[in-house]
Amino acid sequence: MSALKTAVGNVVLEKPGMVASGIMDETGASMVRMLQSGAGAVVSKSIGMEPKAGHLNPCFTEVTGGLVNAMGLPGPGIELFREEMEEATPYGNIVGSVAGGNADEFVKLAVKMEEYKACAVELNLSCPHAKGHGMELGTDPELVKSIVSAVKGAVKIPVWVKLTPNTHILPQIALAAQDGGADAIVAINTLKAMVISPEFGKPFLSNKFGGLSGPAVKPVGVRAIYDLYNVVSIPLVGVGGISNWRDAAEYIMAGAQAFQIGSAVLTDGPEVFSKVNQDLEQFMKDYGYGSIKDMVGVAHE
Amino acid sequence: MSDYVRITKVTENNYDTKTLEFECEDSARPGQFYMIWCPGMEEIPMSISKVDGKTRSISVKRIGPDTEHIHSLKEGDVLGLRGPYGNGYDLSPGRKYLIIGGGIGTASIMPAVEASGCDTIIGARSERDIVLKDRAEKAAKNVWYSTDDGSFGFHGNAVQLFREKQAENHYDCVIACGPEVMLFFLYKACEELGVDCQLSLERHMKCGAGVCGCCVMDGQRVCKDGPVFTKSQIAQLKDFGVQKRDECGRIVKFRKG
Repeated sequence: MSALKTAVGNVVLEKPGMVASGIMDETGASMVRMLQSGAGAVVSKSIGMEPKAGHLNPCFTEVTGGLVNAMGLPGPGIELFREEMEEATPYGNIVGSVAGGNADEFVKLAVKMEEYKACAVELNLSCPHAKGHGMELGTDPELVKSIVSAVKGAVKIPVWVKLTPNTHILPQIALAAQDGGADAIVAINTLKAMVISPEFGKPFLSNKFGGLSGPAVKPVGVRAIYDLYNVVSIPLVGVGGISNWRDAAEYIMAGAQAFQIGSAVLTDGPEVFSKVNQDLEQFMKDYGYGSIKDMVGVAHE
Repeated sequence: MSDYVRITKVTENNYDTKTLEFECEDSARPGQFYMIWCPGMEEIPMSISKVDGKTRSISVKRIGPDTEHIHSLKEGDVLGLRGPYGNGYDLSPGRKYLIIGGGIGTASIMPAVEASGCDTIIGARSERDIVLKDRAEKAAKNVWYSTDDGSFGFHGNAVQLFREKQAENHYDCVIACGPEVMLFFLYKACEELGVDCQLSLERHMKCGAGVCGCCVMDGQRVCKDGPVFTKSQIAQLKDFGVQKRDECGRIVKFRKG
């Protein structure tokens, strides 16, 4: 599978598809399962300082074109997450996703993830449904820059920054992350969304709004990566609505060095990774791309 | 798939359990579940306790505020549901099944009893905790009961009664749902006696559809890879009978003994 080998900065991936944060990645055993399903890396659940239950159910529903969730960043907290990481890291690349409420928390969380042998840390500056976290921080370029540079000053592992599409200044935010020293940009997180139950005349989710993911958001994500490719010089990781080789190829041709898959696990199961890998490799062979690198950004030429 | 249905019938099964019927055009199979919701409660998973044409039901034991809320619903009220989710029981012909329901776990096995007519054991703490007795007796060739206090049927637990019936009838496979402690000892008995089994397990669920990973046992999603696991799958589940995860994903050990 050498044609599929890629790298995001100095993180080398044997396969270009990673598990997106929030999907089958809250326990060590489930991260191992996903690695064994053919993922090049698993991005962990976004972990915060303390144990957190997240939003009450209902926090998830399927919609036309994807799904809407408002899990609300549940997780056991960074201290307890040590044993999950220790179980998973011997099996492959685990990117530690962290969700702090300020720069100081992000630093503490990232330092722990480095200690737990994460191959990189992904800063969640984009979750649309957790108060005081995620996109509430990630839509302010100054704040983004200060958080990223604080984390960069504290860890040696690469620092990736996951951004939200719920802003009209995505390029400025990405530049702010780059100025802060980010090693890669991951885009996009979910689109802020809502589902109302007409029968009850009420919002369906307990949190009222959540984030849309799945096939419907793919063109939004591809556009974001295409834009960012022209703006920043650091590597890009594409995520949003990928479920087959075509989707993956679009993101790569828009400018991504690697990609992440999340919602497709719902429809296609963990097997989606081996399928995408296999089909993408076939496409590359058929169309004369010797490596992922040869495909990156070709849509700009 | 989400749907909103009107409740067509409410039956009081006993002092703490009610069955709510409704119509739904889906492909529900015995052993699957719905995520049930209406305003004023948390959405919770519920086994499907009847699959008869378009008629479906859930049988709900009152154990907290959400089940209390479901108990307050009346005929004609609207119920929100997502699903059916999960894999369900495998009732492939050519094998001799024994079906076992422990407590409110009887709700989950009842569609399998009605689809197959196989011999059934219903276990409960006491006579007043036995539910869905009439339906079981109408559908199954034989129905046996065990109660912990001996107030009805065999005096003892369902696993002890299973050992007796297995010795008499030599079943190929046991299908069961009930408290994990019962399923744990049932699994041990099946191992010892060389009987196959399919056990329906339970963990804290959020998405119900196999994406979020909150209900995993050793990487297996109870909502999607399960809730019914085979004997060989269960052999790989180190969490089974030992520990579960709370809503934060923290490990909670089961009490020993």
